Amino acid sequence: MSDTKLQPTVHIQGPDAVLVRFSDRLSDTANRAALRFADRVERAALDGIVEIASALVSVLVRFDPVSSGHTELSASLQALLESEDWSDSALPSPRTLWHVPVAFGGDYGPQLASVAEAAGVRETQAVEDITSTELRVLALGFAPGQPYLGFLPDAYDLPRQTDLTAEVPASSIVLAVRQIVLFANPAPTGWRQVGQSLLPCCRPEWEKPVLLSAGDGVRFHAVGHGELEALRSDPMGGVKGEVMS
Amino acid sequence: MSGTVLVTAGGPGVTLQDAGRAGQTGFGLSRGGASDPMALIEAEALLGASAADVCIEISGMGARFQVTAPTRIALTGATAKASIDKRDIKGFVTELLLPGQTLAVGPIIDGVYCYLSFAGGLNVPLRMGGRGAHLLGRIGQHLKDGDTLELGCDPAPDSPARKLDPDRTSKGPVRVMPGPQTELFDETVRQRFQATEFTRSARGNRQGVRMDHDGEGFATADQLALVSDFISEGDIQMTGDGRPFVLLSEHQTTGGYPRIGTVIPADLPRVAQAVPGTKLTFQLISLEDAEAAWRSKADILKRLKSRCSALVRDPRDIPELMSMNLISGVVSGRES
Repeated sequence: MSDTKLQPTVHIQGPDAVLVRFSDRLSDTANRAALRFADRVERAALDGIVEIASALVSVLVRFDPVSSGHTELSASLQALLESEDWSDSALPSPRTLWHVPVAFGGDYGPQLASVAEAAGVRETQAVEDITSTELRVLALGFAPGQPYLGFLPDAYDLPRQTDLTAEVPASSIVLAVRQIVLFANPAPTGWRQVGQSLLPCCRPEWEKPVLLSAGDGVRFHAVGHGELEALRSDPMGGVKGEVMS
Repeated sequence: MSGTVLVTAGGPGVTLQDAGRAGQTGFGLSRGGASDPMALIEAEALLGASAADVCIEISGMGARFQVTAPTRIALTGATAKASIDKRDIKGFVTELLLPGQTLAVGPIIDGVYCYLSFAGGLNVPLRMGGRGAHLLGRIGQHLKDGDTLELGCDPAPDSPARKLDPDRTSKGPVRVMPGPQTELFDETVRQRFQATEFTRSARGNRQGVRMDHDGEGFATADQLALVSDFISEGDIQMTGDGRPFVLLSEHQTTGGYPRIGTVIPADLPRVAQAVPGTKLTFQLISLEDAEAAWRSKADILKRLKSRCSALVRDPRDIPELMSMNLISGVVSGRES
């Protein structure tokens, strides 16, 4: 994941959107640039824009074709790109740091042992490594409100497994390629389940249905299995947000 | 008079759908909404804006409904076998549905998705910016036997019937505009893609439809492992074996498979409505041509309204119309 100089490119993305991609590979630098650029586009308040979204290394800018067009918007975005050096982007602020209780290992993290072995550490050390890292919501996707979190230390650059786990539970903590996905819904996966949270990724009936935003911080806190069960009566699953400016 | 719609027979292919949930890509929620958005505009042209706010999308074997208040309805999109009690009805025509009658829609005869709209609309609460079911996003679910929906008031159920001459004559290759990964496919692969006749596979749903063909798959030059990136409605995604999937409104928001381009909105309903076995070819067009082919909803609606006209009833239907008047008690006499 060594960071080379970013060379952002501007693309046509369907009839009503322009895509700005910062790299062909995921890196901390490219993700920071995408988060920063999305914020910049938002602040630029360009005419005709109806939606701005960031993915792992790119930003989608959707426009109303009645009032804007690809050529015009691409030029505006290109100008914004040239106005700044994106290779060392500070994260937009304010953002929220989420504290998330997680039960690790056992039935809640059946693959914690295999992850620890692959990383060359004991299970307790693996939990320590995961909980001492301040993770970032790199992007939301796959399912509504589902976060891709990164980055864990290099030792956790584990490949996805070719044998899928038939189903991991909602809000489970699964790991691969220095990232953690916190599954919004029960799903099959080739990633390894190391823990279980109760984070409500998406609750359509809530006023703010999606809890996390791209760029937010996430800190896991290890709790006992009984402690996690006791948190089930809390709609937030014990998750608390702290605003960082 | 408002009332209730009773779903007397529902099923997995029967869902509430609207124009979808805009602006939530960044949360991981695609627009969703009607698989064939053109059908909503057709409903609006026939019955007005309330009707198109939210419709019932019907695929597969179909569904049956009753109402507790008189309302005009219309079927748009795919052609379905349909009847009110024993009287067969057609699509793209306004029909009066009365309490006590049963509206049966299905099976679908030509196409995949048929849309039932009500003149006064349906009062369905907004959830995450939309009224329809987004099955992939786990918002809402299909309509089941015994479900009830709040029917909006039809201000003029006794209005003369109208028909729409739908504008669905587009033929020839499905037009595909360039996307972020088009250039990753060699020119020869792109040529072969355009020269290939595809068959709409039996594999398909609201997320997308697979296209089958004979011969080798369509791969990018060096089979790059792509970092997951945004997907758009209409994107033609090449899965691991190089078979194309055309992605429809309820697609996942991001994905890592390469996409050769994006089917333009003018031609996407044709793909969504293609029954398994339908032959399709694709043509890569320039951005300029794609922009020239783009129409705003307002333009499409205006054009469709100009294709609406008073329905001249087949004389064989007249006795039925007379009996409808006798029972309903809603006919004012103004129209005679």
